[in-house]
Amino acid sequence: MAPIFERIREALAPKIGEASVAHGVLVLPISADALLEVVGALKEHFRFDLFLDVTAVDWLPQEPRFEVVWHFYSTMHKLRVRVKTRVAEAEAVVDSLTGLYGSAHFMERECHEMYGIVFRGNADLRPILLYEGFKGHPLRKDYPKEREQPLVPYREGYEMPGGE
Amino acid sequence: MTSRTIPIRPEGQKSAAFEYISTRKDELIGWARKFSLFPYPFVTACCGMEFMSVSSTPYDTDRFGAALPRFTPRQSDLLMVVGTVTHKQAPILLKVWEQMCEPKWVLAFGVCATSGGFYNNYAAVQGIDRILPVDVYVPGCPPRPEMVIDGIMKLQDKIANQQHLIVNDRF
Repeated sequence: MAPIFERIREALAPKIGEASVAHGVLVLPISADALLEVVGALKEHFRFDLFLDVTAVDWLPQEPRFEVVWHFYSTMHKLRVRVKTRVAEAEAVVDSLTGLYGSAHFMERECHEMYGIVFRGNADLRPILLYEGFKGHPLRKDYPKEREQPLVPYREGYEMPGGE
Repeated sequence: MTSRTIPIRPEGQKSAAFEYISTRKDELIGWARKFSLFPYPFVTACCGMEFMSVSSTPYDTDRFGAALPRFTPRQSDLLMVVGTVTHKQAPILLKVWEQMCEPKWVLAFGVCATSGGFYNNYAAVQGIDRILPVDVYVPGCPPRPEMVIDGIMKLQDKIANQQHLIVNDRF
């Protein structure tokens, strides 16, 4: 394990669960309310200055259902950190990282439209890849695979797909 | 000096040859139109690479009179839909097609434009014939240039054999 990983693990020990290293990436499972503190420390003290991505995993039969995953990169240490937390479907809310990383704006919008995760503090969660009026969250496991939501009416002879 | 212009309607006499030609006007117009296709490439995806290959020197759609892409739909009469069309893209495609002047034809280039291909999901239109009429389908992922040329030739046959609205009782 890289020395910087050990230092992170020691410094954040009370806030993180069982940290591990997977394929050279430090994995920090945390609870949703510790997010801003952990990421703030990663950015300010450990120089993880590049926000790579935020996405979610839908573990459908499990509870809590969603796992939100963030990736960070340090241009100084040349190392990556993965932070993940579990949220329930009924309250799929996590804090927004837009205050720390400007690039979080677009990625949180994508995660919001694809999985329905709400980012508290991101004021602009309009669809970014999908279109206004799209119902549901297409990357959730219970979204019907072949459901179509066309924007223009189909020609005669083609059945216009209905709603839900 | 006598005029050398051949009159459109021979006056006072019925020429058998002229009567015959006047039954083949559709073919004349079709022959002219099939060699002067002005494509509008609506390129959305990787099939665009194959479109570039088929329109450049080794395959050369210029041989079929379909070489000069127009970059406005208003000057073109062949809409080539090259690549995947998503539901978000569909209104734009429809607007492009509506702006083209008659007569117009549509060629679905590649399997995504033809039927959605393997993109059977929330995003992709399952074939552009759901939103606009298609004349020739060229499947393949991407299609070989030979397939595209075959598609253009099939379209030429279709144009040559179709009724042209310009032909009426005054022409």
